[in-house]
Amino acid sequence: MPNIVNAIYNIRQFDELARQDSLIHRLHPLAKLLATLGYTVVLVSYDKYATIALLPFLFFPVFMAAAGRIPAGPLLKRLLYIEPMIICVGLLNPLFDRGTTSILGQTMSSGWLIFISIVIKGSLAVTSALLLMATTGMDGIALSLRKLKVPKIFVLQLMLTYRYISVLLEEAARAIQAYSLRAFNPKSLKREVWGPMLGQILLRTVDRAQRVYDAMCLRGFIGEYHTGKNPSPGFADYLFVAGWGTFIAASRAVNLPLWLGNILAGAVK
Amino acid sequence: MSHHITEAKDLFYEYPDGHQAVNGISFRIHHGESVGVIGGNGAGKSTLLMLLMGILVPSQGEVVIGEVKLNKDTLSMIRQRLGMVFQNPDDQLFMTTVFDDVAFGPRSLKLDEAQVEQRVNSALEQVGIKHLKDRAPFKLSAGEKRAAAIATVLSMTPDILILDEPTSSLDPRSRRRLMNILKGFEHTKIITSHDLDMVLELCQRVMVIKDGLIISDGQTKDILTNKKLMEEAGLELPLSLQNCPACGKTK
Repeated sequence: MPNIVNAIYNIRQFDELARQDSLIHRLHPLAKLLATLGYTVVLVSYDKYATIALLPFLFFPVFMAAAGRIPAGPLLKRLLYIEPMIICVGLLNPLFDRGTTSILGQTMSSGWLIFISIVIKGSLAVTSALLLMATTGMDGIALSLRKLKVPKIFVLQLMLTYRYISVLLEEAARAIQAYSLRAFNPKSLKREVWGPMLGQILLRTVDRAQRVYDAMCLRGFIGEYHTGKNPSPGFADYLFVAGWGTFIAASRAVNLPLWLGNILAGAVK
Repeated sequence: MSHHITEAKDLFYEYPDGHQAVNGISFRIHHGESVGVIGGNGAGKSTLLMLLMGILVPSQGEVVIGEVKLNKDTLSMIRQRLGMVFQNPDDQLFMTTVFDDVAFGPRSLKLDEAQVEQRVNSALEQVGIKHLKDRAPFKLSAGEKRAAAIATVLSMTPDILILDEPTSSLDPRSRRRLMNILKGFEHTKIITSHDLDMVLELCQRVMVIKDGLIISDGQTKDILTNKKLMEEAGLELPLSLQNCPACGKTK
């Protein structure tokens, strides 16, 4: 029960964070979306053994979190929720890839290296997506997607799915609360109630979603979701995209940690 | 629109499960009237409101708003004239801030942002919650949520306000505050409620519904003091008209 209540709180906490005022929050949503998309695409374009070369990619989420005043706690907590999935994706590599490879002069299992690379890439991509949510909000992301000419039906689906997650969670919280008040062992749901409980939650959610939809229609909703926010990009937005674009491209073109390491090693010699 | 007359002509509605919720309701409500729709649970009050708003389509009969018949073509125009406040304000508040929620209607009408802001501020002022405009709706108290839900409707500048159980789940002070707000509106009001004291105070006319039919329609004081009629409809006399529970003094 507290888990569901926490989940509702967590979803809403991101809406709250998105309403803050900071350097990053004031940027045009499209600038943030483009930078995050570019970052993610370049990140996943790396070779499967890349690990050290990915280090410069830490700067982008760190900068976004620091300049956007996003607390690390909620961000890391959500990352931890996703982390098992990332680990599951990478875990088969050490089992099937028994070869070895050399990294920084050390011989290492290539399966484990791929696993580490997947965890780093996955974690950074998820963190940057979470930061986009926390600094832009779903309305801003929808606005940017429309600017990128994504069909309105897809954007609407995204918006309504996001809205209805909390409706589903609220209904689930009520059903589970009702169960736990009458169950002898409220810590877990008995297997025989899973089916009826899920059915009830689904039916209630559909009903509730219908009422929300009715309320939208009564206020003139005909398929277009207007947020009223339609700012034009300014100098800071262009600078943000150009600056991070250059950094990401440079990091991709040159293995910055290796390059810095060589310079430092040269200086020491 | 010819002056906000709301008319139901021989309305029938049957739910897909076969339940006949409305069984031939007809009435005519004039501009500025404040009408209470009362009846026991399952009498058909909420269904009637949904038929008036065009959320449900009657299986027979028609709804006419200001001489315009409600149908698919006129639905959007009529909905700009009618504003409905839902029984559960959480169904009506779905945006991330109160401002955005109240602005949803005007923005859907594609008004420019200056007009939207003016309408939102005016609606929030009318219900006295302008200071809450940047708050998240889920963080409001039940009374504040209800006020915000009313503001979402007022920002559409409707001629007719339809309220489904507006005082349910409100504490006495919030209830009184809401009643004062509603008293100040000059709109035509159609209010369904089990709060008969509120109906007694706010409505000049009352329709009593039972089994999807209007069993009585008349002056509030005549109807709400008729004990036999109230009991027939599954109701009781308003508390303010009942004998004093402490001393037994009759009224």
